[in-house]
Amino acid sequence: MTVKIMETNKTATAGHAIDMESLGRVRNERSIHDEDITLTVDNLDLYYGEKQALFDINMSIPRQKVTAFIGPSGCGKSTLLRCFNRMNDLVDSCRVEGGISLDGANIYDRAVDVATLRRRVGMVFQKPNPFPKSIYENVAYGLRIQGVNKKRVLDEVVERSLRGAALWDEVKDRLHDNALGMSGGQQQRLVIARTIAVEPEVLLLDEPASALDPISTLKIEELIYELKDKYTIVIVTHNMQQAARVSDYTAFMYMGKVIEFDNTDTLFTNPNNKQTEDYITGRYG
Amino acid sequence: MYLQNKETQGLKAWLKGGEPMIWMNAAAVTVSTLAVIGLLVLLAVRGFSHFWPADVFVADYQLPEQGSAVVMAERVESEEVAIEQLLSAGFALDTDQAFIKRELVKVGNRDVSGADFKWVLSRYLMDTRYPEQAMVVERREWGNFYGFLRGLKRGDELLTDADEQLLWQEFQQSIARAESIHGDIERIEKKEIGAINYRLEKLRLRQRGLELDRAMPAERRAQKQLEIDSERAELDAQYAVLQKQLNALYAQWNRDSFIVETAQGQRREQRVSTVVHAYQPNTMSVLDKIAFYAAKFVEFLTDEPREANTEGGIFPAIFGTVIMVLIMSILVTPFGVIAAVYLREYAKQGLMTRIVRIAVNNLAGVPSIVYGVFGLGFFIYFVGAEIDQALFAEALPSPTFGTPGLLWASVTLALLTLPVVIVATEEGLSRIPHNLREGSLALGATKAETLWRVVLPMTSPAMMTGLILAVARAAGEVAPLMLVGVVKLAPSLPVDGNFPYFHLDQKFMHLGFHIYDVGFQSPNVEAARPLVYATALLLVVIIALLNLSAVALRNHLREKYKSLEM
Repeated sequence: MTVKIMETNKTATAGHAIDMESLGRVRNERSIHDEDITLTVDNLDLYYGEKQALFDINMSIPRQKVTAFIGPSGCGKSTLLRCFNRMNDLVDSCRVEGGISLDGANIYDRAVDVATLRRRVGMVFQKPNPFPKSIYENVAYGLRIQGVNKKRVLDEVVERSLRGAALWDEVKDRLHDNALGMSGGQQQRLVIARTIAVEPEVLLLDEPASALDPISTLKIEELIYELKDKYTIVIVTHNMQQAARVSDYTAFMYMGKVIEFDNTDTLFTNPNNKQTEDYITGRYG
Repeated sequence: MYLQNKETQGLKAWLKGGEPMIWMNAAAVTVSTLAVIGLLVLLAVRGFSHFWPADVFVADYQLPEQGSAVVMAERVESEEVAIEQLLSAGFALDTDQAFIKRELVKVGNRDVSGADFKWVLSRYLMDTRYPEQAMVVERREWGNFYGFLRGLKRGDELLTDADEQLLWQEFQQSIARAESIHGDIERIEKKEIGAINYRLEKLRLRQRGLELDRAMPAERRAQKQLEIDSERAELDAQYAVLQKQLNALYAQWNRDSFIVETAQGQRREQRVSTVVHAYQPNTMSVLDKIAFYAAKFVEFLTDEPREANTEGGIFPAIFGTVIMVLIMSILVTPFGVIAAVYLREYAKQGLMTRIVRIAVNNLAGVPSIVYGVFGLGFFIYFVGAEIDQALFAEALPSPTFGTPGLLWASVTLALLTLPVVIVATEEGLSRIPHNLREGSLALGATKAETLWRVVLPMTSPAMMTGLILAVARAAGEVAPLMLVGVVKLAPSLPVDGNFPYFHLDQKFMHLGFHIYDVGFQSPNVEAARPLVYATALLLVVIIALLNLSAVALRNHLREKYKSLEM
């Protein structure tokens, strides 16, 4: 049964580019060159041991816009995303060449404090990962790490962050309950609240809705739309519809290379590259 | 049709259905459960029947071709014995049965008759009677006395058994009076004189320290000497006062005496101060006996041992066991956790860590006596001796920490149980989901902060598991303790009212060793045997209690950090 449904989906999309008008977006023709750039990737190569996973990546991430990475599984989207806050450092065999700069400063510089970098570049993971603590303590965690323990400050930040993540009204009466008692969608929004509590400049979202049901997914997408007023957002997604709905710019990656990077409207309606076109029309991937 | 084609009969179907496996498992579980229950029941029955005040009988015991003797005793146990065995032992018996019943009876009166247990053949016990006046006197020395109360001397006043009721009441009052005086004596001897002795010993050490310190200017030395002398004079004065009090109390204590007659007709006069309890079991109702039993049991738990550990209580052993296990837990947990965190989180995983891990695992298999030898050789003779040189030089040549004691026993057991804690903690660390660590790191926490705030709290149930195993092993360990600090009889508890209150250098008593000592080193085997069972059961109970409290704590922690099951 499951297989059949997936096939139906495929036939529905195969051969058609995504119908951008039906998504209700305002058409945007701006070019990346007109944008204020936050993150710049320069000739980035990444190796896991002997195996090269990313090949000569060059791209610019615009400030306070949503940039989506799409591409088939294993194409390196998540790996690239994790380069932005140096999460790949945790993998022993991982080696990076080339550079990424955040507001002009190379984040792979020796002098960079990784903890500070990660405070500026927050990350939300595929599977909701709240700590086994209360809702309040989850949100306050980042601040406590920074040594903030004043109750008044924490209360304020917790409320603001939970409101920012559209979660406040649902949890304001049970802030001190264990976060693990929440639903998956709530947990993911809590993780977003936790991340924005430390006021990062960039939010990295690694398939933030892939483990959630459609309604929760919708809420997360609405939230992304609201958050981009304040944060630069980079999102990795399997779901092309989602990329088309929420992003301003989209990069299509394949086999560790960025095949095409453009304004989302352009990429989905008028791709330059044959591989991109094949992918977004469902011919492979 | 096709669906119904299943084989429903025959051996093959039976095997295939998994039925034999289920039965085998059930049988294994049953056997194990029965073994445990059987063990506990045996210990309980053998151990706890000892405190029951059995009736005392008087009978004429007349073996064939021998004179008659009067026996006054309580029954302990009985068994069937082969007649052959008795005949070959030289008994002349007038029976042709193959087996004959014999009983072990406790006749007491060790100071009169030599042995306080005796085997008698039931067949030749004639005219068994249970006189109401039969009295059991539990004494501080020489075990129980069985006989009849004939009189009471209160100073010069003599009470005879003309009015038995009155005499018995007066006797009980006299015992209560002696007991209360004895309490005062104990208090003065143990607490007050003990404290003075402790301070005198400190003074002696200060004096010795003064002698050893050659660099001190003569003026200061003289001043210090003066201080010591005046303090000593004061303590001596205090001691003299207490000694006088004590003498008066002793005189009071030894005032009364009572006259008893044995079943054989001998009369003796004994001091009331030698009596712990006196009771007439044949007149006691079941309720009286239950109350007596409860009192005896409480005494067993809270009193100090008497008579080479065969009488009295085992409180010092319980206390020593518990305190040693607690100190060991306090020592082993941080060390084990830190070692595990380093091995799992910081050390570069490679050949070296593999070797270390194998070594740790093997350490858990080293026989415990080897740890005892190591503790003696390294901790006591090396570390302890160094500590003595550095900190307690004035007490030398008598060692302070260079001799077996509570601290070294705890350290040795901590070392013994360290592998268990390391392995369990490592296991726990490896089970913390990776995405939680990443979540913390992504918020700008360093690795150490992540460990401290997220990973270690979540690992705490695993640490508790390690600790539970460690406690179970340590509390039951005896062999290494014999080398590093356990003694048969410790004069005082390692915790008392003298500064610094915890005396880690003292030797202590331990339930496990107590069992060995009472059971195998005791001069009075028959008297000691029930105590062996009772002590063994108590040891099991205490280990279970220690474990249950740790398990309760672990369950609480598990509840708190249950995301592991996600």
